[in-house]
This record gives sequence, structure tokens and C-alpha cells, in this order.
Amino acid sequence: MDNIVIIAVTALGGLGLIAAVILYFIASKFKVYEDPRIDEVEEALPSANCGGCGFPGCRAFAEATVKEAKENKSIEGLNCPVGGNDVMQEVGKILGLEIEQQAPLIAVVRCNGSKTNSPAKINYEGATSCAFAHALYSGEGGCQYGCLGLGDCVDACDFDAIHMNPETGLPVVNDKCTACGACVEACPRDIIELRKRGPKERRIFVSCVNKEKGGPAKKNCAVACIGCGKCEKVCNFDAITITSFLAYIDFEKCTLCRKCVEVCPTDAIWEVNFKPRKPKLPKVDATSTKEVTTGKKVVETAPTENSKQEQNKEGVPKEENKE
Amino acid sequence: MTGRQKTFTLGGIHPEENKLSANAPIEVLPLPKQAIIPMGQNLGAPSKPIVNRGDLVKVGQLIAEAGGFISANIHSPVSGKVLKIDNVPDASGYKRPGIVINVEGDEWEESIDRSVEIKEEIELDGKEIIERVKEKGLVGMGGATFPTFVKLMPPPGKVADYLLINGVECEPYLTSDHRLMLEKGKEILIGTKILMKALKVKKAVIGIENNKPDAINHINELAKGYEGIEVQPLKVQYPQGGEKQLIKAALNREVPSGKLPIEVGCVVQNVGTAYAVYEAVQKNKPLIERVVTVTGKAVRKPSNFMVRVGTPVQELIDAAEGLPESTGKIVNGGPMMGKALTSLEVPVVKGSSGILLMQESESRRKPESPCIRCSKCTYVCPMGLEPFLLAKAAKVGRFDIAEKELVMDCIECGSCQYTCPASIPLLDYLRLGKSMVGAIIRNRKK
Repeated sequence: MDNIVIIAVTALGGLGLIAAVILYFIASKFKVYEDPRIDEVEEALPSANCGGCGFPGCRAFAEATVKEAKENKSIEGLNCPVGGNDVMQEVGKILGLEIEQQAPLIAVVRCNGSKTNSPAKINYEGATSCAFAHALYSGEGGCQYGCLGLGDCVDACDFDAIHMNPETGLPVVNDKCTACGACVEACPRDIIELRKRGPKERRIFVSCVNKEKGGPAKKNCAVACIGCGKCEKVCNFDAITITSFLAYIDFEKCTLCRKCVEVCPTDAIWEVNFKPRKPKLPKVDATSTKEVTTGKKVVETAPTENSKQEQNKEGVPKEENKE
Repeated sequence: MTGRQKTFTLGGIHPEENKLSANAPIEVLPLPKQAIIPMGQNLGAPSKPIVNRGDLVKVGQLIAEAGGFISANIHSPVSGKVLKIDNVPDASGYKRPGIVINVEGDEWEESIDRSVEIKEEIELDGKEIIERVKEKGLVGMGGATFPTFVKLMPPPGKVADYLLINGVECEPYLTSDHRLMLEKGKEILIGTKILMKALKVKKAVIGIENNKPDAINHINELAKGYEGIEVQPLKVQYPQGGEKQLIKAALNREVPSGKLPIEVGCVVQNVGTAYAVYEAVQKNKPLIERVVTVTGKAVRKPSNFMVRVGTPVQELIDAAEGLPESTGKIVNGGPMMGKALTSLEVPVVKGSSGILLMQESESRRKPESPCIRCSKCTYVCPMGLEPFLLAKAAKVGRFDIAEKELVMDCIECGSCQYTCPASIPLLDYLRLGKSMVGAIIRNRKK
């Protein structure tokens, strides 16, 4: 009996030993060196795997930063927008590098074509997909640049930071925004832009992307940028440029002086989180009574004779034979 | 009709036909005050304007040249002064380049033969015919507006042995092809002969659905005088007028996935195109007018009009005794494949076959409910696809699955959406999938 046990133990033990020796040599021959810092960096990242940095997931970003740090002694151009400065400082500490402070960004919706400012002339009943609606037609309000309001940006957001406002039919970004850029990518009309959050969350931007001339733009939307150039003239810092009848404020140059907001004849320039001005009325938001009147005018130009009539817009109308 | 009627084998539906304007003879619509001519009237590249603001143009004068190989010339449908060359709204509401002409009188180019006599003898040879068809800006009149001359030039190594003339008109409501066959039968047959000569084929089949017995008899009677042309009555089934469905029905040949009909030796042309070919070759007349049906259950006078390209839709509706009060939707095309218009100022283009005024009650979509996997959409799909799967893939952005499951084979006939008991906008998502996958494939080639 004992004999069998001893034979078995030595045989199996010997087999294990031989296998161990072989494995040891194979392992040392084909060894892949992985920088331990990759794991450390990955640990420091938010693990959201959102792709906001431009890499497929946090692991890929960690690999890229470590590689970049090794090769160039700097990780300039690589940034985790979700983690922000805190996370990037920590990453810098792991890699032994000085990281420059980056101004935090936020997604900004550059359209104010709400239901009152740009009343619906046609009724869309098709698929709830901005990408499809964009390919199909110009939009319920008639503006071919404006927000379609079907929420592709909301679907794209991993952070619960953008929601549709049912009253205006426009998306609203909240503080949870990490500037990952998913909504910017999802919007077929390039309405959403990443801009600096600004000091005390104060921002000024043109809330319109309409490239049409003043007349046609105004016909569809009461608060469209008409490219009049008043803001460009009044700006002392060359922050505003007008290209194809559309003003754009460069947030790097803007000093938040608010002069442009005052001169804008169509209220297309927005100021956010400023204290109300003393002599003037506070800045009105999307739904002011003034605009309702201009809105009515648009209804009259609707294509059908009968004002209660509406046209639907859909891919293929479904025929209903039995009435 | 007795015995087994010919049709395609896979899927298909039979919506109510509602051919309200079948007995209304083609009327010539008066000239509009202003003609709006969009540059993108054909499949492929848009045309390039060659006139300037303020120029005086005659009817039939070339005003825009083809902007690429798959593109077509555009001729002035009216005489008058070019008001502006600017962006004009098209049927989708987007502003795209176009020419607006203020109509003054009706002065035609001298080279166009405006006599009513039918000219039988074909003087041009094959090459000259193709050249003429190209020069006169002919595109497929069935709705897809594919430049006709491209179809007449089979790629090297491919030979056509059959010409199919599509007189099916399977879309409910539309009757423009039906009326054209009844009133211009002889011209269509001569046009067919011309196409046969250009393609060097010996045999042509005219496919007509059985719901148009008068057209079948009329064309059959006339076709006796033309060698090689035969009429094929077909079962009433949508989408019989689809190119691939028609080939399957009439000749029992199957076009492989992703391939053109020339692969199985066929070329398909619409009856409207055959008529336009007759006019271009025998009368030297460019494609400047077409038959448009104005119809709908509430329309006071459902009609068929011979309309100049560029006439605003409003004028057509006025000619059909105005817009009914109950109108809920105005569709450019038929109820199955047409697209709703965003404005009545949009013009008739080379591909417009009808204007359908739907009542409020019939135009509303039912609210969408979840898919219960009943597979009705798969059952009716004439291309053998799985619409529910493709739609879902497109909805969640899995365009790789959509491509693998052959979304590009979809002919956008709308049978799936018509059948869906859950009222899911399947076709909307299929169209989204098609456009996205198309873009992905184009980028891959670059």
C-alpha cells in the first residue's frame, strides 16, 4: 500500500516539477513587461469608460498616458475631461510630471428655437431619432439649422447631465456635465459645443447656429442670429467673428463684459449665471411674452390655407383605409 | 383573370387601390407665373447652372449641365427671365440651389418638333440615341430619377437580353402611368423600340398590373404592330413595380443581393421614361414636363395633369378645385413611398408622379407600442429581410449588424411599416440604417 502512495507522490511531484521548470523558462522567455504605473493610473481614473478622452475606455487612456510620459516626458494633449483637474493632478503625481491646470468645460446648447420662438408649422410623427429627422426634413419650426428636439443627445449622455425641457422642447445641460463630448458627437446639426465653464460658472455665447441671411432666419425663429454685426463692432477684444451671417464668440478671448448682450437686436446672445443688471430688466429667458407676438406672424405664413391644418412629416405615411 | 397570375414570390401586400383618378383624362395645366427649378432633380450629383441672373431663356433651352457622370442636364421648362439663382426650399424643407424663372409668354426653341403627328421611323442609331437621351436630361420617371443614359450603357462584359417596361404602377392612388398608357400608347411603344435599338435587345416586355384591364387591352392591341414587344399582365400586389420584383414576376429571374438588374440581363424602364425617350429622340424635346396625378379621398376633382417641371404644387391643387378642408397631410408621391411636403411652394420635379392629399383622419399615425416579435414584417418584406431586427440595430446604433443583415438591400417600399400591428416606424429606422451604412461603406472605400 505504502509503495503505491510513494510512487504516486513522486511521479506526480516529478511531473509537476518538470512542468514548473518548463513553464519558468517559457515565462521568462516570453515575458511581457507592463509598466506597473498603467494600473496605478487606471486606478486613479473615474472608470466611466465614456470615451471623452478620445480613447476606447480608461485602460486605453492609461496606457497612452504612460507611453506618452515615457517617450516625451509630458502628457500634453491628453486629458480626462470627466475626472477634471483633480484626477489629472493625481495622474501627474503617479507619473512624476507637472500637469498644467485645464479650464473645465461644459456642453452648451446653441439653439433657442423653443416652441414659442420658433412655432411648429408642420407636425412630425416619425421615429424619435434626430439623425433620421435631420436626413428627412428641415424641422417642425422650419429652421434647417435648429434643434429637432428628439433627444439623441439625451440618449448619448452617460452622466444624466442633459435632459429635454418639455416646455421649450430643447435640451438643457445641468451641472453633472463632464464635457465628455458624447452629445456633441450625437447631435446631427452640431448645435452642442464644449465651452469653458467660466469664472463662477459665468458664460456668454451665441445661442444660434443659423447660417442663413437675416430675413429667412428671422422668418422661422424670433431669436435667430441675423448676422447684423453689432456685437462684432461693440466687442473690444476681437472675441466675436461673423461668418456666413452667424456670430461666434471665442471663449478664449471673451472677458465677459456683456456689451454684446446689450446690443443684440434679436436676443440671440445669452449670458448665464450673471447677476441681474441694475438699471435694465433682467435678461429674459426662452419664454418671454414679447416673442409670442412675433411667433404668431410665422404661423400665418404656414403653407396651408386653413390655419388649423397641419401637415405631418413622416417617412412613409401609413394608409388607413377604414375610417 | 383565370389561372395563376404572375407575381413576385417573396412577401408583398395588397393595400386598398383607391385609383380615384383612373378615368380622368390628362389635362394640360396652364403655365405657372414663376417656375422654380431645383438643381438636384436626379439621383447622383446635382446639376450646375449655366445661365445668369437676368438672362432670357426659351422653353427647352439648356439651363444647367450635369454635375458628374451620374447626373443629368436640366432644360428650361418655361420661357422668360431668370429671376435669381439662389437656394430654394425643396420638398424636405431644406434650402438647396435652384433657378427661379419669371414666366413670359411661351416661346420654344426652334429645334423642337411640336407637331402632333406620330413619327414612327427611328432615324438615329444606337450610339446617337444614347447621346440624345443624355443630352435631353432624361431620368427615370418612376420616382428614383436615375439618369436614363447610364442604364442604356451596360458595363463591359454585361449584355442585356431583355428590356422591361414598367407599367405596373403598384402605388395606391397614382394613375399617371395608367393614363399615359391609355393616351400615349403608340408613343410608348415607339419609345420602347428606340430603347431596344439602343440596348441591342430583341425582346421587350411591358408589365402591367391586372387592375388596369383597359391599359392591358389597349397596349396589347397596339403591340401587335411591333415585333418583339409583348404585354405581361401581373397580379395586383405591392411592390410589384419595384425593379427587382418586376424582373422576378415577369421573367422569373432573381437579381443577386447588392447587384443591378443588368446582372441577370435585364434593363427596366418606366413607361413614362419610354414616352420621354420617344419625345427626345423623335421630336428632339427635352424632359420638361410630366404627368402628375392629384388625388385623395376628399379632393373635389381627382385629376391627371401634364405639368411643366418647376410648377409649384399649389397650382396643381388649385387646378383640382382647391385644398379640401379636411386635409391633414400632403404627400409628394404615393401613400406608400411618398414623402410629406413641408410647403406648397415646392415645385414639381422630374420625379414627381403624384400629389396625394390625405385627410386628417387617415394621416395620423397610431402610437407606437413594443415589438411582440409577430414577424409580420419579415413575412411581407419583398426583399426577404428582417425589418424588426434591422430597425432595432439602427435604433441602438449597431450599424455593423444592420450591414451584415443586408440593410442596403431594402427598397424602402414600406410594406413592413404598413403591416406592423405595433405601429413601429420600421421604415424610418431602416432609412436611417441605410443612410448610415451607406456613409460607412463610402468612407471605407476612400
